[in-house]
Amino acid sequence: MALRSLATRKTLTLALKSTRLAQSRALQTFSLPDLPYDYGALEPAISGEIMQLHHQKHHQTYITNYNKALEQLHDAIQKGDSSTVVKLQSAIKFNGGGHINHSIFWKNLAPISEGGGEPPHGSLGWAIDTNFGSLESLIQKMNAEGAALQGSGWVWLGLDKELKKLVVETTTNQDPLVTNGPNLVPLLGIDVWEHAYYLQYKNVRPDYLKNVWKVINWKYASEVYEKESA
Amino acid sequence: MAATTSMVTSLTFTIPSLGLRLPTRSYPCLKPQRRFVRKAASNVITATYELKAPPYPLNALEPHMSRETLEYHWGKHHRTYVENLNKQVVGTDLEGLSLEDIIIVTYNKGDILPAFNNAAQAWNHDFFWESMKPGGGGKPSGDLLDLIERDFGSFERFIEEFKAAAATQFGSGWAWLAYKANRLDVENAVNPWPSEKDKELVIVKSPNAVNPLVWDYFPLLTIDVWEHAYYLDFQNRRPDYISVFMEKLVSWETVNTRLEKAKARAAEREMEEERRRKEEEEGKPTNEEEDDDLEMYVDNDNDDSEAE
Repeated sequence: MALRSLATRKTLTLALKSTRLAQSRALQTFSLPDLPYDYGALEPAISGEIMQLHHQKHHQTYITNYNKALEQLHDAIQKGDSSTVVKLQSAIKFNGGGHINHSIFWKNLAPISEGGGEPPHGSLGWAIDTNFGSLESLIQKMNAEGAALQGSGWVWLGLDKELKKLVVETTTNQDPLVTNGPNLVPLLGIDVWEHAYYLQYKNVRPDYLKNVWKVINWKYASEVYEKESA
Repeated sequence: MAATTSMVTSLTFTIPSLGLRLPTRSYPCLKPQRRFVRKAASNVITATYELKAPPYPLNALEPHMSRETLEYHWGKHHRTYVENLNKQVVGTDLEGLSLEDIIIVTYNKGDILPAFNNAAQAWNHDFFWESMKPGGGGKPSGDLLDLIERDFGSFERFIEEFKAAAATQFGSGWAWLAYKANRLDVENAVNPWPSEKDKELVIVKSPNAVNPLVWDYFPLLTIDVWEHAYYLDFQNRRPDYISVFMEKLVSWETVNTRLEKAKARAAEREMEEERRRKEEEEGKPTNEEEDDDLEMYVDNDNDDSEAE
């Protein structure tokens, strides 16, 4: 009978193989992480209007375009279309980087009522003093570098896992910190793209940088530091 | 210092004290104009770049570009570039150069020097304000439209391409329509057999402060896609901003005027190069050799000059 012939061992194994292949072909898509606080919870340091636009529009757009680029990359790899694989790299860097960086950023911020702005204690606090002299001078350094960055980018406090020290770095556009060095782990990133502050601070980026520290979530940075320096 | 007078004459083609030679061909938008301001009670000459106002009142582009945007964009951002440029240039060898010269010199073939950002952004914003007008938009005509149709297929295709370039300039930057005369596509290549066919309109995009002057193109039109240019009016919706710019703000008259100038300069330059080639063939001294002579007599920082 036709049905029985369909279900011979040969066809069954073929069917199993192709499902396994289908699973490995399945592409993970990314979605917008929820903010652990309300849009208005970081005021007056960062306005609710900015937080909402930043999260729902900018970050979402990076994710949408990242997913699209990944799907196109997946197809190109399967077809062996090297030109397309290479051509897609910048879209992946822009949009994937945007997703990575903003995901970290939301965790780097916290309302004052939940510890935002509270200086780091423990091993991170000690490491900051060792590497920069004091928290104030770290902040000064990050603010100076953030203000001096031309165009769009990020200023980071990072851990160099190999050299076992803290570093202040800047990256352009949406380049993640790791593009500055494979051993760099981001502890704290401050977005200095104009969209991060313009509606509130207009052209005065230094004011944004001065105020953002009031809502920086040092607890999260400490957790990452402790985990990565173990 | 005796240097000031001699510096003036030598600046057109060489800047001995910088140890730099500007190539001895003429630049697209180069005017040997320097603005000198003599300070009241001293013999020091200071060149200052001025913040030029847009050719219309700050509210004239409403509702397409708000007065608030102009107040910040021109009144703060553009003004800051000019002020900081002046601070950076005073007392250096860049002092006295035209803005276009500073841009080329400080671009330094990609190895950007500090004054580049402020100089280029000062120039870019002047160019941007002049690219727009109240009641702008519509369609160009005449030579400009002919060239657009020749090089892009149709006006609609041109609009599509320009909008796409502006939308996909990632991060901060600009999108441009430019006139490319006798340049090959690779930046540092020289066209060995220039022909009329090489002169064409191109759409290019550039990051941060970079502009097509550094690639030796003649810019004709630009749109600023730094977020500060559109954020107050459009927030994240850059494509909407770009559409409104194309449909309601572009001054095609200005673009046309720039195209005529560009064609004239390109023709001038070709004649210059012809003349120089002929002179070299005939063994006459060229400008380069004349400049070498000039260099001997220019006072510079070397103490082993015979003039001392």
